[in-house]
Order: sequence, then structure tokens, then C-alpha cells
Amino acid sequence: MDLLRFITAGSVDDGKSTLIGRLLYDSKSILADQMEAIERASKSRDDGEIDLALLTDGLRSEREQGITIDVAYRYFQTPKRKFIIVDAPGHIQYTRNMVTGASNCQLAVVLVDARHGVVEQTRRHSLIASLLGIPHLVVAINKMDLVDYSQDVFSNICIHYNELAQKLDVGEVTYIPLSALNGDNVVEKSANMPWYEGEPLLSYLETVELDHDENLTDARFPVQYVIRPQTAELHDYRGYAGKITSGIFRKGDTVTVLPTGETSTIDAIEVAEKHFDEAFAPMSVVLHLADDVDVSRGNLIVKSDNQPVVSQNVEAMLCWMDTKPLKVGNKYTLQHGTFRTRCAVREIIYQLNVNTYEETEDVESLKLNDIARIVLKTAKPVSFDPYDKNRVNGGAILIDETSNVTVGALMLRKEAI
Amino acid sequence: MSTYKLDYLDQLESEAIHIMREVAGQFERPALLFSGGKDSITLVHLALKAFRPGKFPFPLVHIDTGHNFQEALDFRDWLAESLGEKLIVRYVEDTIREKKLKEPTGRNASRNALQTFTLLDTIEEFEFDACIGGARRDEEKARAKERVFSVRDEFGSWDPKLQRPELWNIYNGKIHKGENVRVFPISNWTELDVWNYIKRENIALPSIYFAHERELILRDGKLLATAKGVIQQEETDEIVTRRVRFRTVGDISCTAAVESDADTLEAAIAEIQATRISERGETRIDDQVSEAAMEDRKKGGYF
Ligand SMILES: Nc1nc2c(ncn2[C@@H]2O[C@H](COP(=O)(O)OP(=O)(O)OP(=O)(O)O)[C@@H](O)[C@H]2O)c(=O)[nH]1
Ligand SMILES: [Mg+2]
Repeated sequence: MDLLRFITAGSVDDGKSTLIGRLLYDSKSILADQMEAIERASKSRDDGEIDLALLTDGLRSEREQGITIDVAYRYFQTPKRKFIIVDAPGHIQYTRNMVTGASNCQLAVVLVDARHGVVEQTRRHSLIASLLGIPHLVVAINKMDLVDYSQDVFSNICIHYNELAQKLDVGEVTYIPLSALNGDNVVEKSANMPWYEGEPLLSYLETVELDHDENLTDARFPVQYVIRPQTAELHDYRGYAGKITSGIFRKGDTVTVLPTGETSTIDAIEVAEKHFDEAFAPMSVVLHLADDVDVSRGNLIVKSDNQPVVSQNVEAMLCWMDTKPLKVGNKYTLQHGTFRTRCAVREIIYQLNVNTYEETEDVESLKLNDIARIVLKTAKPVSFDPYDKNRVNGGAILIDETSNVTVGALMLRKEAI
Repeated sequence: MSTYKLDYLDQLESEAIHIMREVAGQFERPALLFSGGKDSITLVHLALKAFRPGKFPFPLVHIDTGHNFQEALDFRDWLAESLGEKLIVRYVEDTIREKKLKEPTGRNASRNALQTFTLLDTIEEFEFDACIGGARRDEEKARAKERVFSVRDEFGSWDPKLQRPELWNIYNGKIHKGENVRVFPISNWTELDVWNYIKRENIALPSIYFAHERELILRDGKLLATAKGVIQQEETDEIVTRRVRFRTVGDISCTAAVESDADTLEAAIAEIQATRISERGETRIDDQVSEAAMEDRKKGGYF
């Protein structure tokens, strides 16, 4: 069975958590005791109405404030597909949590409040979804019950959003008018909006084509760990353990170890002590090479006829996620898969305005939630693919060297000159 | 193209193996917390896939509350022995004695809270910098919020409002001395995924997961195992004999049995598929004390 990971995004109170609650409720995925628990919790609220958002807003402070603070994960399944849902916070202060949740998703549902239309957070989250290369985008125009299920309101927002989408690197956009509160067009087609000819959200999620999301072209294998039993009978055993992040490896393939550049041949591919002739992304395997080359954690094994960029000067898009500002000249640890190196910020080429998507040059520092194009100089060469070609081998993080916290998300673009 | 596609269980398995190997690659002194329950048994199986023919790069560690099911303890010892892996056991009983802790008494009293002291002491004793655990996000609403690499301060506390960003499959295990990371490789698995995986992989489980006749205490509609010195009997308790199985295996004092005829994996899976009650709701007594019981325990250093 297929697995689809998707995120709900959009501004505060646009109804993300309620939508997930409704999706689970109408697809009968809420168990009786969980339902009782949220009924109990809803009773202590002023209006006493059952609040489906409580299904994902699980932290005490979230319930007290009626907002989402950090991402929640929910799991459900229909006869057609399995789903991992990521409920993101809409509040600007918690954008980094939204970035966290979105990074692994194949699809984003961006909610828009029908009364307010596209607002700054809609633009910010759409920009992040596009930077993160999420392949599928649904714009859910929510709270249609509060605008008399008006087709005009819906169409206007679609036109407006479409202008914005033109400026972004997003694929096809699907628009759905709905009411998360009442369940219109969530699981069942709404009788209140006969003018809407498309399908409800769930049918879309069940059928959207996922086959082309995995990159099977560029064979990449970051080494995580070397298995060396060093026992009498396994004296010469030396296996490189890792997960194929993209592409396909076959026994007999000529491979190159990066960044050293040594070459060898794949002798064997093992999964749980069984041998295979080929393996593909995203399988976790053990590779054996024919020659005694120097391979350790942090190295990237690739097929010799298809190699990534290997460079110490990297141009990247950055989402800055720390309250301490990033300044030109600052030093960080860069982590790219299993590889770590120190790096310095050489230059901020431009900062992106999250509202207009305009580029501002001559920026010297970045604040929390800023998005910019930067150049990094690394201590050791990084072996990467452009993020838009390869989401896994194009992504990296920045780690603060004193606090050890993850402070930046990098979408590596190209070698800088 | 469709031949190069992984089924969802294979995707989850590969993700979990990747996470375990990240622990092995990033930490000096990791440990795998082993309880004898199905989730940690699944972790051990995943560790075999991640590291064989090598040895595990970590010991199995069990915090024994003294209230464990004998079947689970026997299984634990058998498993460690047959795999030839190192098992470390530390006892809550000893912590209570050494620290002169007061045991909770009264109705539904459990050692769940005290367990945290022993866990933190054990982490200190062996200087563990990472502890792998079998928690899943679908179990409970606070767990649904936790990262795969969950950084804890020197008191083991989880700060849900200050979690590190965690992007793609890049895990940042950099910590200061004294801090440690709790790592959850099966975060994204549901209860049913675990059972389906156990079936597919033919993983052995302790017998109490399957239907058997047993003497039990019937209290507030829940069936508790009888065990001397663990559960204080009350006047309103009724002693009954029923055919039951355990859906989760935790402490005797806070794990309820469910009536069942499911004596095979297939039958157990069919029951779980049909149930309208969650795993914790049906079997755990400790989470029902307050709305935010789990969140509070995690802030206090619990798993
Ligand atoms: N009338 C109406 N109200 C809605 C609808 N969807 C959500 N709401 C209400 O809008 C408010 C906010 O809903 P949430 O689901 O908490 O919003 P959110 O987007 O998750 O908010 P954050 O996570 O804090 O960003 C709640 O009071 C909901 O009941 C809808 O379709 N119609
Ligand atoms: Mg919310």
C-alpha cells in the first residue's frame, strides 16, 4: 500500500487543526475513548461545542491558548492509502516548526480563511512549501460557511492565489472550497456548494499520483556506519551501512567514494544478511566494495557515471530559525546527511521578502524566520546535488557551535564562484 | 517504474534502521531501553537488521520496576541470551532503598513515576548519551509532538516549547556533556503497523500477548493481573477467572488485560483492527489520572 505524508499549513486560526480533526472524524478514524477525551476537554470551554482541533493540539499550553505551537503527527488509513498527517502551527513565531514538519512531506494543504483571503502567513508558508520542493499543493479555502458558500468569494481567492503561485516554483495547484467545521468537501461532497465540480479533499488525497516523487536517477549512498565484526570467521567482513537516498545501485556498478574520489566496484548488496542484485531509494542496506578503499561515516558513495557537485563554496537558499541573528562571517557546523564540516557565511546574496517575493540586496544579517540566498565556505568539500533535482542530497542544516541547536535549513543550489 | 517502489512497511522499516544507525554513528555511549514489550522487541529486531553480522553498538537496558510480568522478564533474559547481546538491569527497588523514596500508596498506585529516578541514575552511571526507546507518536497526544531525536537536559526534562528543528532525515545529535538524547526509531509506526510487522517478520513475543486463562482482579470495569505485593486488594474488588490477553505489557499495576480468544497473531491483529478503543485507553491506567499526565511525566524526565 502507498504512504502519503502531507502537511496542513496557512495562517493562525485558518482551521488547520480543525480540518485534520474533521478528516479523521468523518473517515471514522477516531477511536471511542479519544472522542470521549476531547468531548470532556471541550466541555470546559466556553461554548461547549466539540472542538475537533483538540485531536492534534495535545500540549497543555496549546489547549489553554487555543493555538498550535509545535507540529503534531497523526496516522490514518483508508482502503486506498495510508496517511501520515502533519499539523503545523500557523503562528509566525513557530515557523521553524512548520519547516520541520514540511521537510518530509510530499503534499501540502495550504488553508485560506474565506473571509480574509490570502494573508502574509499564506504567502510565507507557500514560499516555504515551494522552497522545500513539496511536489503537490492543495489550496483549501476554508470557512465557506461564513461567506454563504459563495462561489464568487472562492473564485476571487483562487485568482489571487494563482498570481502568487506564478511567482513561485510550484507545480500544479488544486483548489477546494470547504468548511472544516461542518465537514463540507472534506470527506463528503458538499450539498451547499453545488457549483463546485471537483472532488472533496479526501478523494484527492487518496488518488493524487505519487509515483514520480522518488528520484531514481541519481544513485547516492551516504555512509552512516561501518560494520566490522572482527571475529575469527568474519575476519575480513567490512560492510558500509546506510540508506540509499536516491537512485538505484546494482551489483557490479562502478562507484566513486566522495569527497576522496577513490573508485571501486560494488561486490555485494546486503539487507539483513541476505544478498540482492540491486537496491533502490529509500532502502537501508549494507554495501560491499571490491577494493580496499578508505571509506568511513560521512562519505558519499555514488555511481561513477553520475556524480554530484563536490565543492567548498556552496550557494544555497536558507531558512533562518534562530533568535540569534545570522551575520556575514559567522561560523557554524554544516550537516549534510551524515557528513559534518565547519563553515563560514561568505555572503548574503539577497533576502527574500516573504510577502512580495522580491529580492533585497545589501543585507548584512538575518533574523528569525528570514529567508535568503547565501554563500557558504566550508572547511571540507560537500558532495551535493541541486535541491530542485534531489531533495535528499540537496538538503543540509546549520548547527550553532555553542548551543548545538539546529539554526538553519539549507536548500543547496550550486557551486558558488 | 512500479517495481522500484517500497511498500509502506518497508518504508517504515528503512526509516527506523536509518535512525538506529544514526545513533551508532553519532554517539559515544548509546543504549537501547528494553522493556520486554512488543515495541521494544520490534526495536531489537530492527537492530538486528541494522547491525548484523556485527554486534549491537549498544547494550540493552531494562529498568525493572519490580512490578513486571514474569513472562516478560523471562522473555527478556531469553532474548538477550540467545542473541548474545549485553543486558543491563537496574532495579527501582534499589533506588527506593538508597534514596529513601516514598512509594505511592493507595488506589491504582504505581511505580511509573519512580522509574524515572532509576532511569536517570542509570544514564548517569553508564554516562549514556543516547537512549533508544520504542515510543510511538500514535500512542498519546504529547508523544504525537515529540521529535525523533528528543534532546533532554541533565535532569532528563523535555521542553515541548523548545524543541530543535528536525529536517528531512538529518538528525542533529550534538549535545553538551550531561545532556542526553532520547531516540524514537518507530515514531511513525502505528500499533497496527507494529503488529503487521511482527507477523511479517515472524517475531517471537511473550506468551501474555495471546489469549490465556488467568486469575484477575475486576476493578472499575478493568481487569488487573493478581500479583502479591503489587496490587493491594480492596473490598470492592472481585476476583475472577477469564480468558484474556494483554494488548500492551507495562507494569502489572498499571496495565489492564482485555478479554479475548485471540491465541494467534492473525487473531490478535483482527481484534486490533476491529477495536474502537485506543491501546492506551484500553489498557493503561496511569495516563488517565489527568489530561496532561504524559506531558508532565516527560517534562520530569520520563520516556
Ligand atoms: N465557521 C467556521 N469556523 C471554523 C472552520 N474551521 C475552523 N474554524 C474555527 O476557527 C478557529 C481556529 O481553528 P483551528 O483549527 O484551531 O485553527 P489553526 O489553523 O489550527 O490555528 P493554529 O494552529 O493556531 O495556526 C476555531 O475556533 C475553529 O472552530 C470552518 O470551516 N468554519
Ligand atoms: Mg492548529
